[in-house]
Amino acid sequence: MIAQILADKCNNCAQCVNVCPTFVLDDGPHVPVVARLDACQTCYMCELYCDQDAIYVAPDQFAVEPGADPLPHLGVIRRDHGWDRPGEAGHLDEYRKLGPLLGAGVEIAARRYQAQRRSV
Amino acid sequence: MSIGVTLQLETDVLIIGGGMAAGWAAIAAAQGGARVIIADKGYMGTSGVTAMGGPNHWWIGPDKARREEAIARQSEKAQGLGDPEWMARILDLTWRTLPSLAPHYPFGSDGAGGTYYSGVRGSEYMRAMRLAALEAGVTVLDHHPALELLRDDEGRVAGARGHALRARQDWEIRSHATILATGGNAFRSGLIGSHTNTGDGQLMAAEAGVALSGMEFGPSWSISPAWASTRTLPYTGAVYYDADGRELDIPPSRAAGHAHHRALGHAMLAGPVMADLSHAPEALRPILRHIQPFTPAPFERRGIDLFRDRFPVKLFGEGTIRGTGGLDLADDECRTSAPGLFAIGDAATRELVAGASSGGGAVNSAWALSSGRIAGTAAARESLARKGASAPVHGLGRIAIAPHQADRAIDAAAIHRAVDHEIHGYAHVFTRDEASYAASGERLAAIWGELSAHGRARGAALVSLRETAALVAGARWTIAAARGRKESRGLHQRADHPEATGPTHRQLVSGLDTIRINTQQAEFA
Ligand SMILES: Cc1cc2nc3c(=O)[nH]c(=O)nc-3n(C[C@H](O)[C@H](O)[C@H](O)COP(=O)(O)OP(=O)(O)OC[C@H]3O[C@@H](n4cnc5c(N)ncnc54)[C@H](O)[C@@H]3O)c2cc1C
Ligand code: SF4
Ligand code: SF4
Repeated sequence: MIAQILADKCNNCAQCVNVCPTFVLDDGPHVPVVARLDACQTCYMCELYCDQDAIYVAPDQFAVEPGADPLPHLGVIRRDHGWDRPGEAGHLDEYRKLGPLLGAGVEIAARRYQAQRRSV
Repeated sequence: MSIGVTLQLETDVLIIGGGMAAGWAAIAAAQGGARVIIADKGYMGTSGVTAMGGPNHWWIGPDKARREEAIARQSEKAQGLGDPEWMARILDLTWRTLPSLAPHYPFGSDGAGGTYYSGVRGSEYMRAMRLAALEAGVTVLDHHPALELLRDDEGRVAGARGHALRARQDWEIRSHATILATGGNAFRSGLIGSHTNTGDGQLMAAEAGVALSGMEFGPSWSISPAWASTRTLPYTGAVYYDADGRELDIPPSRAAGHAHHRALGHAMLAGPVMADLSHAPEALRPILRHIQPFTPAPFERRGIDLFRDRFPVKLFGEGTIRGTGGLDLADDECRTSAPGLFAIGDAATRELVAGASSGGGAVNSAWALSSGRIAGTAAARESLARKGASAPVHGLGRIAIAPHQADRAIDAAAIHRAVDHEIHGYAHVFTRDEASYAASGERLAAIWGELSAHGRARGAALVSLRETAALVAGARWTIAAARGRKESRGLHQRADHPEATGPTHRQLVSGLDTIRINTQQAEFA
């Protein structure tokens, strides 16, 4: 669930209010206000769209988690996406491996299961 | 249901929902010369399961033999209920259409000097769809959930009413054609990206008299850490343990029927189940964050190394998203039986292309794209032919809008838990029989009765209460359809009828207060 909007980084552009799919946030005088936390689906979209890296979403989807240090995580999801460089080729070059890697995992599990059947 | 002034708009084509199906429909309708409005409950770009997923589209080049072979394989999976002609159409449309997103989506390399088109990352895909729709002249209204359809005095669906969450204002949009693209129903299981997927479109259409098909083909689940639903890429090779560190005997995910999920579900009823991902493919570790940048966050933010540390897991229900069911289609341009109303993507039945099995993994997104294009083109044509006509309209919504007894507070959270349990609870879903369906059906009917007698709300609270009603309606159709199909086939598995017994038939489920089942001989078997 969304845990913090860091006032010293936020410029109150309201982009997070715009893009939140479940309308968790309201406009606020200095920073947006978390108005409907129970609707938060922990999707990290507000982080992805915040170009000031001012939002931290805590990982638990079901419970509020106070106290974590957000600093090491701010902006990581945006950078991993290559979100600010949409036209730049390259950051989706690994994407084609998704299907084959899913399949490789399925194979690993199936082979292990077979081997265990044989050994009993 | 109005609070203050109602925003009034008029358009040729109204599209309700803003996922990939809506996007492709909007672009097609705009290209057909229509004025188009998209009204989404959330934000077109982030809401719905497309945005949080990474849809891999069914993707076969125009080689005749290869397409025929793919259709034959898919028909086998569909177990007598798929339509090869529809399959051929969506293969062709997907192949021709998806690359048109290139100005807005940075398609990656195919590793052999070409471009990789078939799989796209949801967040970038939906950002691109939004840009492409805006560029085509589409008006996008975010945070504008629809609440009910309008019908005119000629009997045509003529738009919708809803509520603008940010402006705190009701809206009414009159249209010559209306497309439901509201996605599937995840029954509030917590499945990634599905919070707004509550089956509202199915409820609205049912109030216009439209039936559903394929609703019996479920349930299914995806495995995730117990504290957050994620994509399933890293788990396919996992080993599972109980809380005492004993390895569990879990059949692999591609085992027949529900064997994999049944074993996991039963173990979870006994206590926590821990996953060990250290057997995942070596090549995945360094690139997971480049393929699915959201997937590592739930672990890193808890200081867990997902490929080394064991962690508790949970099954998140996938409802009709990876099930098959949805609004029945009356013709090959995605019209429903209600004049003026179309249905596409996960809001519609996928039985035509997925049959008794899940279309997740490739077919569903090809369907969402293609049904969107087909309906968008047809809706533009139909609406332009009707320009000028505007008979008086009335709203079709009943439940939560016009209760037949005194208002009473509704405990929505308890209803959501009950619905998710009836559909996805592993205590009973793996051993379903007549008595178990009957009991589920009775519990859900009681909830529906209470809601329709006493539920009433306005504004944003009405949006929530209509969601609750849609969840219950979807669950009732699911249970009634599963009870009606007295055999096991594909995703639909019963303990009292464990075999697939002919003749192959399609089944329609309809109605709200009283639910009816109709069977149809499948023409394509
Ligand atoms: C994790 C995951 C992975 C998947 N992977 C694949 C895959 O690899 N291949 C594949 O083929 N398929 C896959 N699927 C299925 C595929 O993603 C869907 O079939 C497809 O995205 C459906 O698109 P849609 O536009 O119909 O629905 P959605 O993208 O869910 O959009 C529905 C929209 O309707 C809006 N809405 C709902 N109610 C209302 C209302 N009352 N008023 C206004 N708007 C409303 C929602 O906010 C949402 O924006 C996957 C699904 C999941 C969950
Ligand atoms: S998007 Fe970021 S900078 Fe803009 S208001 Fe939200 S938190 Fe502040
Ligand atoms: S995590 Fe998702 S649902 Fe929660 S506030 Fe951010 S954008 Fe909204």
